[in-house]
Amino acid sequence: MDLSAINPAVLFASLIVAATPILLAGLGELVVEKAGVLNLGVEGMMIVGAICGFAVAVGTGSPALGFIGGAVGGAALSLIFGLLTQYLLANQVATGLALTLFGLGFSALIGQGYVGIKPPMTERLSFGPLSDIPGLGTILLRHDLMVYVALIAVVAIWYVLNRTRLGLILRAVGENHDAAHALGYKVVRIRLLAILFGGAMAGLGGAYLSLIRVPMWTVGMTSGAGWIALALVVFAAWRPGRLLLGAWLFGGITALQLNLQVAGARVPVEYLQMSPYVITILVLVIMSAKGGRALGAPAALGRSFHATH
Amino acid sequence: MVANSDVTFAISPGEVHALLGENGAGKSTLVKMIYGLVRPDSGRMLLRGAPYQPAKPSEARQKGVAMVFQHFSLFEALNVAENVALGMENPPSMRELAERIRAVSQEYGLPLDPAKLVGDLSAGERQRVEIIRCLLQDPKLLIMDEPTSVLTPQEVDILFQTLRQLSAEGTAILYISHKLEEIRTLCDEATILRRGKVVATCTPRERTAREMAELMVGQVLTPPARARKPPGPVALEVTGLSVSSPNPFGTALKNIAFTLRQGEVLGIAGVAGNGQDELLLALSGEILSPESCVRLAGKPVGRMGPNARRALGLVAAPEERLGHAAAPDMSLTENALLSGYVRKGFLKNGFIGWAAVDSFAQAIVTAFDVRTPGTHVAARALSGGNLQKFVIGREILQDPSVIIVNQPTWGVDAAAAAAIRQALLDLAAKGAAVVAISQDLDELLEISDSFAALNEGRLTAPRSAQGLTVDEIGLMMGGAHGMDVAHSHHDAQGART
Repeated sequence: MDLSAINPAVLFASLIVAATPILLAGLGELVVEKAGVLNLGVEGMMIVGAICGFAVAVGTGSPALGFIGGAVGGAALSLIFGLLTQYLLANQVATGLALTLFGLGFSALIGQGYVGIKPPMTERLSFGPLSDIPGLGTILLRHDLMVYVALIAVVAIWYVLNRTRLGLILRAVGENHDAAHALGYKVVRIRLLAILFGGAMAGLGGAYLSLIRVPMWTVGMTSGAGWIALALVVFAAWRPGRLLLGAWLFGGITALQLNLQVAGARVPVEYLQMSPYVITILVLVIMSAKGGRALGAPAALGRSFHATH
Repeated sequence: MVANSDVTFAISPGEVHALLGENGAGKSTLVKMIYGLVRPDSGRMLLRGAPYQPAKPSEARQKGVAMVFQHFSLFEALNVAENVALGMENPPSMRELAERIRAVSQEYGLPLDPAKLVGDLSAGERQRVEIIRCLLQDPKLLIMDEPTSVLTPQEVDILFQTLRQLSAEGTAILYISHKLEEIRTLCDEATILRRGKVVATCTPRERTAREMAELMVGQVLTPPARARKPPGPVALEVTGLSVSSPNPFGTALKNIAFTLRQGEVLGIAGVAGNGQDELLLALSGEILSPESCVRLAGKPVGRMGPNARRALGLVAAPEERLGHAAAPDMSLTENALLSGYVRKGFLKNGFIGWAAVDSFAQAIVTAFDVRTPGTHVAARALSGGNLQKFVIGREILQDPSVIIVNQPTWGVDAAAAAAIRQALLDLAAKGAAVVAISQDLDELLEISDSFAALNEGRLTAPRSAQGLTVDEIGLMMGGAHGMDVAHSHHDAQGART
């Protein structure tokens, strides 16, 4: 094995790219869960976003429109989840799992004509001479726009959740929907909007996979990224900052896996593939050993709300 | 179903007006209309002469109507300032809000740290959060729904001082409570509801509590009666019982000791969260303890689970009706089976004798006047008071030798509460030992032979209930929790935070 073949700066740059899809989807799910809704359909929304984004980008030739298409596709699928769980009071776990299965099948159906096509290229941003700074320039300043969008979203979501009234109301709904209702907040409407946001973010993450990271369309191409995003939210204890670190960690494992293969390491790929889940389980064990509050899960997570008067 | 029909009443500025009625009399629906959570089908409301019909709570708040809820509408994972902000229209920035919370809390003698998590506060402190949330909006009308049910007598005194100060400043207060003595001390006028209609108005100071109770239920109430007998041999003995709580926010029990004789009723008082739940769990067998800490008729049972203890004659009815005492989605018959099968022999070779279970459930429904369409109905569908009657009746009809009850009449109307207390006393008269844990002091004084209080997981030494005053009980319960003791109580216990 020749570890010197791995350039740390290049590795870190590819780590950031590998982390972007799960970061986007994880941020969306974080907002959804903060509102007290558990949507296990992230994988399904991501893959629908991937094919919708791909199809729109190929059809229009514009990657930007493609990303919008991906977000709309993810949000549309999440709307089904929202209507079922918020108005018809369906079980959130069962509905989320169904959404994943439906999304995988549905994306394969609409993706039939797109196998083997190359999408339009997304250009990397150039920061002029700054991008040529050794190390830092390679790591941070030679990426496409979506990488920066995802990073800005981390800060924006942290700010909204912790510093604005909108975020306070969202957290209140996720903590105690009965009390929020008694104070006059529209629990179902707030949750539905959060679900749509989560769907759009998952769709963006999926579109990033099919338009930039891979870039092409294959059936089932998310291959578990949605589940990693879900694990990421728990790993991050519902905090955007820690979610970014988690995404880099999990993304780093993916990037490292490719680099290690190139370097000729004899580590079976499966160990690295399962590691995000193993790490999440370990973090859960460590945090629950410290007591319930340390986990930081919204108190009303996964519970259906029905106004009784 | 009609919750309110043709209700008329008026309240003037600075008046403290009581709204009285049994559970289901329509008090909650009425105040929800005033607060904009429910819209009336007909009729009109006037607020300071102007037509008033709030479509939602925020509109009510804007017009100067504020409400302190019965079950606190607070968010445990958020801090005090955030909780206050959620109940306000256009709250100022968090820093400014924290300043105003400090200012108002000093003005009214209700100390509160804006940065503290509500989950870490005591029940009395949580209520202060709700009250300050209302005060910051400078309300013209303040609605208080059962505000004293979770407070010590000293905390009640402080609350009443705050309310009197507000009423002197011209705020009208609509006060809902079951506790008639409180209403006699605090309120200027009272409107009494029965089945959604106004049946009487009165001036509480000129009436006795019994007269008002009879107006509420529409019948003459008889106080629980019992034939006092000399106590029998020891039925339950607890020594050196210390267990940690299974709940992360719970209270550990520390060195609990008492002896209970056959035919004796031990009343245990205490503010919620001082170990009541844990004591019930440790006695019923849901928490195990060293073998000899709990003895049932001399036999050590500390390592036995609930069913083994049931077989020996110890039954328990926990406080939380739905989810602990009863399985919400199971029928009354199935719920009767769950706790009754050990003592009633419903199982034959592992098969359930459903006919016998159902006649047991029917017997409970008949004997305890449980209002339900039938025993096939899910426990969830019963009103709180009816389910409580069923849960208590289920244990009593198993003919136990020791029964542990926690909050036996919580949320139950006056007539049903009297029936439950009478049933417990009848059981004691037949020779059973009763442990009644409750936050209702009047109830405990009514039924107890001996009396003790739980305070932070410690039980005071039981003493005879005869001649005990409410003030003495208050001190046993630990005085006022962290209150600003500007008036009478300067004892060391009162300074605890």
